[in-house]
Amino acid sequence: MLRVTLAAAFALSVGAAVAADAKRGEELYARCAACHALGFDRVGPRHCGLIGRRAGGVQGFEYSAAMKNSGIIWNAKTLDRFIADPLKALPGTTMTYAGIKDPAERADLIAYLGSVGCP
Amino acid sequence: MSSFLTIANPDAARRVFLGRSSLLLSGAAVALLAGRDVLAAKAGGSTAADAQILNTALAAELEAIAAYQVGAESGLLQKPVLDLAVQFQGHHKEHADVLAKTVRQLGGNPVAAKSKYSFPVEGLKNQADVLRFAARLEQGAVSAYLGAVPLFANRDLSKAAASILGDEAMHWAVLRNALGENPVPSAFVA
Repeated sequence: MLRVTLAAAFALSVGAAVAADAKRGEELYARCAACHALGFDRVGPRHCGLIGRRAGGVQGFEYSAAMKNSGIIWNAKTLDRFIADPLKALPGTTMTYAGIKDPAERADLIAYLGSVGCP
Repeated sequence: MSSFLTIANPDAARRVFLGRSSLLLSGAAVALLAGRDVLAAKAGGSTAADAQILNTALAAELEAIAAYQVGAESGLLQKPVLDLAVQFQGHHKEHADVLAKTVRQLGGNPVAAKSKYSFPVEGLKNQADVLRFAARLEQGAVSAYLGAVPLFANRDLSKAAASILGDEAMHWAVLRNALGENPVPSAFVA
C-alpha cells in the first residue's frame, strides 16, 4: 500500500513538471549499466525501490560517507538535482559522472526509475 | 607497467606497457613518486578527486573482468566468439592494471576486486544472451567514461580515459555486430 502511494505521488510530481516518457527512460538507463542494475548491487547500489528510499539506505552496500550522511530522500526533485551533476549536488560522492544535462532526458529516466518494481 | 600519467599517445602507451617510458609525469605525480608529500598535498583536492574518478572506473573494470570470466566459463560461447570475449577481458585487465597504478601514483588506494559479484546468470541461456549481457556492460562503460572525461583536473587523465572509452566503444560495436545488430547505430555516443 505504501509503495502504491509513493508511486502515485511520484508519478504526479514527475507529471506536473514534464510529460516524461518512461519508455525512453528505459533506453536512457543503458547509460547507467556500467555501474547499476535494478535488482542487485554492482559498483553502484541497486535501483529498484529507489523512490522514497533514504540515500545510503541499501543494506550491505558500501556508500561514500557523503552519501550516507546526506539525509537525502530520493524523489523526483532530489533525483533530478543529483543526476544533473552528481559531484556538484553531493561533493564526495563516488558517482564520478558529469551528469545528464538535458532536463527532458532526466525526467524520462526518473519516470522509468519510478515505474519499475524490483525483479 | 606504468600509469596513465606517463602515456602521451598510443605508441607511448605501448612503450609504457612494455615498461620503457616513465618520463612524462605531472608535477603532482612526480612529487608523490619522490615522496614529497607536501608538494603533492598542494595539488590538493583535485588530485584526490582525480584518484576517486579513477577508482570508480577501476571498480567497474574489475567487475567487467569478472563478467567476462562468467561468460567464458559459461560453456555458451563458441569460437571465435569465445576468443573475442577472452581478448576483451584482457583489455579490461590492462585498463584495471593501469588505473590501479595511477591511483597509487596519485596517493590513493586502488579498490580491490570483490570476492563475489552478482550477475544475472539465470538469464544466460545461449550465446546471444551472453553477447547481449556483455554489450550492455560495454555500452554502460562507454557512457561512464564519457561522463568521467570532463571531470579530471589533470587533462592527461581525460585523454587517457578517452582512450579507454574508444576501446570500450569498439567492444560494444563488435558485440552488436556479432548479434546481427547495426554495430554503429548512431553518430554519437551518450
